[in-house]
Amino acid sequence: MADLWTNFLWPLILILIKIMAFVLPLLMAVAYLTYAERKVIAAMHLRKGPNVVGPFGLLQPMADGLKLFIKETVVPTGANPLVFLLAPVVTFVLALVGWAVIPVADGWVIADINVGILYLFAVSSLGIYGIIMAGWASNSKYSFLGALRSAAQMVSYEVSIGFVIISVLMSAGSLNLSNIVRAQSGLWYFIPHFPMFVLFLISALAETNRTPFDLPEAESELVGGYNTEYSAMTFAMFFLGEYANMILMSSLCTILFLGGWLPPVAVAPFTWVPGIVWFALKVAAVLFFYLWARATLPRYRYDQLMRLGWKIFLPLSLGWVVVTAVALHLFGWLPK
Amino acid sequence: MSSISRSLRGFLLLELLSGFALTLKYMFRPKVTLNYPYEKGPLSTRFRGEHALRRYANGEERCIACKLCEAICPAQAITIEAEPRDDGSRRTTRYDLDMNKCIYCGLCQEACPVDAIVEGPNFEYATERRAELIYNKQKLLDNGERWETEIAMRLEKEAPYR
Repeated sequence: MADLWTNFLWPLILILIKIMAFVLPLLMAVAYLTYAERKVIAAMHLRKGPNVVGPFGLLQPMADGLKLFIKETVVPTGANPLVFLLAPVVTFVLALVGWAVIPVADGWVIADINVGILYLFAVSSLGIYGIIMAGWASNSKYSFLGALRSAAQMVSYEVSIGFVIISVLMSAGSLNLSNIVRAQSGLWYFIPHFPMFVLFLISALAETNRTPFDLPEAESELVGGYNTEYSAMTFAMFFLGEYANMILMSSLCTILFLGGWLPPVAVAPFTWVPGIVWFALKVAAVLFFYLWARATLPRYRYDQLMRLGWKIFLPLSLGWVVVTAVALHLFGWLPK
Repeated sequence: MSSISRSLRGFLLLELLSGFALTLKYMFRPKVTLNYPYEKGPLSTRFRGEHALRRYANGEERCIACKLCEAICPAQAITIEAEPRDDGSRRTTRYDLDMNKCIYCGLCQEACPVDAIVEGPNFEYATERRAELIYNKQKLLDNGERWETEIAMRLEKEAPYR
């Protein structure tokens, strides 16, 4: 009995507590990311944004969530109900699962696995399945076209993201995300790898289907893209998944380029602030860029999107991998 | 040369950066939003809103049942029935105004010889059912009472132009 407790039950409870400690703040962050998005874009449009529900409209995400929760889930007649209902679950779960390997502070990580970055990459690639399933199961031309676009786009930009990650990995000498952050204690990678930092930011926009690459849900041509037929909680799951993915990509950017939980300068007043605060601040800054881009840029045309991904980003990132490798070798900076 | 500098500018994302700078600058500009239910924009004295039937200062109805408004109404939204009252004056027994039909052209108030039917400044009278938008005489008189100060001010300001 005691054996069962120490070997099975206690670790299970512990991991559940850890997961809760990650997921609950994450869902709150997602809720308030939608609020921040509306506020930031409103400010750039000289509008006020939500300001009626609660002080400064702070309860608006709750009101939106409640509204989606009490609405009816409509399953179209032509849809394949099982896949139709499974798709948002897949999207949502995959958006959360990636967080298992994100170190939000030194040692604050659920699974400190050695191939963390590969795991993240795999999970974010799997995210396409949710979208493809949604597009196919909806049995609607808009959903299907949106899903196909989304798949093509995510695949194209994942290639360049892969090369960007490789150049960071070579400099850090580890696939473990915590070690990548520790390797940046001297110099954050966005300085030596600045072009790749920009490239990663832009690819992350494409990867999460955000403006200017939001062609999968281009409302002017595709109604709502792959989530056209979704309503109520199924739609909410897509929405949560999408925003959780945004935060995930931002934290990946933070970990790879902005030194994760490390303070900007390792001197007294900065080191007193806990790592999680630095991490959250950096993620918030990257997310602000996402929202900023949405308020600034018009949508790309589809062929422009593909051209940018395959003809510019891919050669650039590939070239940078070579440059990094040569530099590391020539100057003897290879990590031990 | 120009193609080199153009592609260099393209790779340095200069145009994008200037766009981003612009939106960031706008973020800190004062907002133009009117906080509607709490703040309202100015209305012209000629604004044609909800109708009202007015009374004289002694409480007598202005309307003399001449039916000019009924005749001129292009949407045929007004229905009037009239009878001589006990004191011999001609008054309406019924003055119905279908606000669903009304197109707010203001011809009724133009036609009225005694300034009885007027379009007031109120535009916030949305209802949940259509039936509530079919106004009878009592409703119009009540409107007149409620908005009299504003209506009188507006008529006075507009008087030189009529």
